[in-house]
Amino acid sequence: MPCVKPDGTLSTTGRLMLAAVQKDSSAEDVADTTGMPLYRVRSSLRELIAAGLVAEAGERFSQTEQGAAKAKSSG
Amino acid sequence: MTTLDEPVTQPRLPRLSEPAPAFEAVTTHGPLKLDDFKDRWLILFSHPADFTPVCTTEFIAFAEIFPELQKRGCDLLGLSIDSISAHIAWIRNIEEKTGTKIPFPVIADLDRKVASAFGMVQPGESSTEASRCVFVIDPKGILRAMIYYPLSTGRNMEEIIRLLDALQTADANNVATPANWRPGDKVLVGAPRTTELAEERVGEKGLECIDWYLCKKSL
Repeated sequence: MPCVKPDGTLSTTGRLMLAAVQKDSSAEDVADTTGMPLYRVRSSLRELIAAGLVAEAGERFSQTEQGAAKAKSSG
Repeated sequence: MTTLDEPVTQPRLPRLSEPAPAFEAVTTHGPLKLDDFKDRWLILFSHPADFTPVCTTEFIAFAEIFPELQKRGCDLLGLSIDSISAHIAWIRNIEEKTGTKIPFPVIADLDRKVASAFGMVQPGESSTEASRCVFVIDPKGILRAMIYYPLSTGRNMEEIIRLLDALQTADANNVATPANWRPGDKVLVGAPRTTELAEERVGEKGLECIDWYLCKKSL
């Protein structure tokens, strides 16, 4: 997968995406911050949610506790 | 269970002005859904096979028009009935041999789900490869234009950009575009639907009319 490698560590894109997710970010916010295409941001957010690193509420995205810890350790 | 001898069942072709068939596919940029492209224009195109001559010239040409499509708020998505490994190897080969980086994702449609939903496989040409199809999908997910080329003929990139320009101009200004229209040319206004409006149309200022039903204007 593009964001989370089989060993559970984050790819370069995964680190970039996770770091760009601030509290209540929209996909557009993440695209603006990362410079990545919107379609790729949407796909990556889906993957980060499935990995438990990001939570979604009404098309707004935030790091979970696990995501914040991963962002800190990956940074 | 199907065998190699059985023809692949072809669902009906998608129709213009209807929602494009939804899909989720494996691509060179990871798993993508059609919905991931919402709010932007999308050109979905298919090619017969990786590591083939016409397709390679087309991929380089699509990469060349990619910045122009981006300026128009349009993403690009390729597809063939090949594996993800074949796509990656071919994309790397194109960059290594020609210096052209392929900036758009490419669907590895080995199970033909997307190709079948869009009618990309034309069994009269080939039952194992997708033909050279182009689908223009608008920001609301509506299929707005389709182009089908045979295996032997590489597509014209200028026409693809012209088509996108024409669709966007028509949407933005509620007009139509004449044959061979290019941005900056005059556009066509819709024909009147009543005799009263037809009468008014011929005297309307700012229009260049040949007759009541054929009037152009500058934007």
